Amino acid sequence: MTQTNEKLVFSRPESVIDRPTHYCPGCHHGIAHRLVGELLDEMNLTEKSLLVASIGCSVFLYNYLNTDAVEAPHGRAPAVATGVKRSRPDNFVFTYQGDGDLASIGMAEIMHAANRGEKICVVFVNNTVYGMTGGQMAPTTLLGQKTTTTPAGRCVTHEGAPIRMTEIIASLGGVAYAARGSLDCVKNILAAKKHLRKAFECQVNATGFGFVELLSGCPTNWKMTPVQANDRIKNEMIPYFPLGVFKDISEEGGIC
Amino acid sequence: MSKQPERIFVKGNEAIARGALAARCKCFFGYPITPQNDIPEFMSSAIIKAGGDFVQAESEVAAANMLLGAGAAGVRAMTSSSSPGMSLKQEAISYMAGSEVPAVVVNMNRGGPGLGDIGPAQGDYYQSTRGGGHGDYRHFTFGPGTVQEAYDLTIRAFDIAFTHRTPVLILGDAILGQMKEPITPWVPDNIDDEAGRDWAITGRTNVRETGREKRLIKSLFLAEGELAGQNRHLQAKYDAWADMAECEHYETEDAELVVCAYGSIGRIAKSAVRSFRKQGKKVGLLRPITLYPFPSADLKKLAQAGKRFLTIEHNLGQMVDDVRLAIRTVADSAFFPIYPGNLPTPDELEAPILACLEGK
Repeated sequence: MTQTNEKLVFSRPESVIDRPTHYCPGCHHGIAHRLVGELLDEMNLTEKSLLVASIGCSVFLYNYLNTDAVEAPHGRAPAVATGVKRSRPDNFVFTYQGDGDLASIGMAEIMHAANRGEKICVVFVNNTVYGMTGGQMAPTTLLGQKTTTTPAGRCVTHEGAPIRMTEIIASLGGVAYAARGSLDCVKNILAAKKHLRKAFECQVNATGFGFVELLSGCPTNWKMTPVQANDRIKNEMIPYFPLGVFKDISEEGGIC
Repeated sequence: MSKQPERIFVKGNEAIARGALAARCKCFFGYPITPQNDIPEFMSSAIIKAGGDFVQAESEVAAANMLLGAGAAGVRAMTSSSSPGMSLKQEAISYMAGSEVPAVVVNMNRGGPGLGDIGPAQGDYYQSTRGGGHGDYRHFTFGPGTVQEAYDLTIRAFDIAFTHRTPVLILGDAILGQMKEPITPWVPDNIDDEAGRDWAITGRTNVRETGREKRLIKSLFLAEGELAGQNRHLQAKYDAWADMAECEHYETEDAELVVCAYGSIGRIAKSAVRSFRKQGKKVGLLRPITLYPFPSADLKKLAQAGKRFLTIEHNLGQMVDDVRLAIRTVADSAFFPIYPGNLPTPDELEAPILACLEGK
């Protein structure tokens, strides 16, 4: 065997299990999982972590992360996480939820967990559609977007307007950090990781509730190629769901 | 068990809260609904003083899901509600049953359906004993009849929840919750908060040294045959509870007619039975204490001894199904309903008991 000068520069995070995921080609869950995994490694949180998985495509996150996990009913992950964190305050507790789960059926739970300032982190993956159930309209579905339940496209007079969750969450009292990132290109992925790190730090430092929305693609239900899906995020989603930090009190020493 | 000599004069609701604290309940998740508000109100300060935590949730749905989280973390926790709120809690209770999460849930039954009223009723018997949410499951259910029993059974509910990894329901009613009685509180001395938690999500501390496997609490079993295996496992657990069924026998041995009633109505019926006994009439009472598992074996023995039966409930006939199932190969049970909104007196129960006794 000849000696080479190859140097490993990129490998699987230790907190991510070495197995193929069930996600469709071009789905961004894999990237979001990896960002979470990298941060668990870098912040030395894997052993302390308790994951609250939610319902939808990402329910199997617990098969891909090397952490203890509990499966929450649809939309209830923030309430389940509240129970986990209140009973084990020294652990690192986070939820990982899609837009149907968090912004529709789970609207009450996310709003109140945020408002109470629960010391948990929420990773909110927004792909403007119900993925696992086959592409129905979600609260975040864009106006004009065709889904299996809005075959003519979402109409503001009939279905209302898409909900901007991060802005709503940022307006609530107990929130320490609320930001929106995107997973459509390398630059945005790196920024998204910074948002996640900040949110994780808010829990580590007991500052308050951390919330990060990640704009993601769903080529299967959008009926697009992965490249077209990335273009859609850039050209249609980001203009409606602006990227950036909407609240950050992490420098102010937290909330009572 | 260390008996404390003191006597305290408390409502049933407060007794349940105190029982939970004696059982080292660490977290309470509440939501206001009449007639159980004394429980969260008491807990909001008492459990904090005891070093635990209290959350007033945004809904009964959220409170029950918080309970699911705390139970999954292997911590003793409780929620309480009343009938309309219990319907909302069923989602999480089904998940707790499916993922075998221990928890204690209290229902101070009020009149229904719908908003009903805030008076006592036993209309939630079916929901409480059949697995009130979706799917094929049961959970352990106690039906206390006195304030002391409410205290005692709450302590036991936590032990059963964690021994058998199941939600345990304490089914009271507005009478029990609002009635004040002297009780003797006691504190169990054998609670180990960490024992038997090798399933709970606690974090994988020192995983390199311990090699501890990651733990997962879930109720999703998608692979072929997997759910069947889980349901078989759950059913075997429920079947094994049959030996844990409990009931109070009052003058049943030589009774010609056995009145079957539970909870507050069981207690009122006992007074009626007592007055008949004073008149020399051979009436007895069987009061189920565990509603699931149901004391079917005791009932069957009485049926085989030739007794006749009258079931009295504060509803239009629910537990009577279980009585009939228990004795079906030998006998049947008459039924007398008490409509919700009324608080029956022992006198009111005498006429239907007498009619049954005389075979009318």
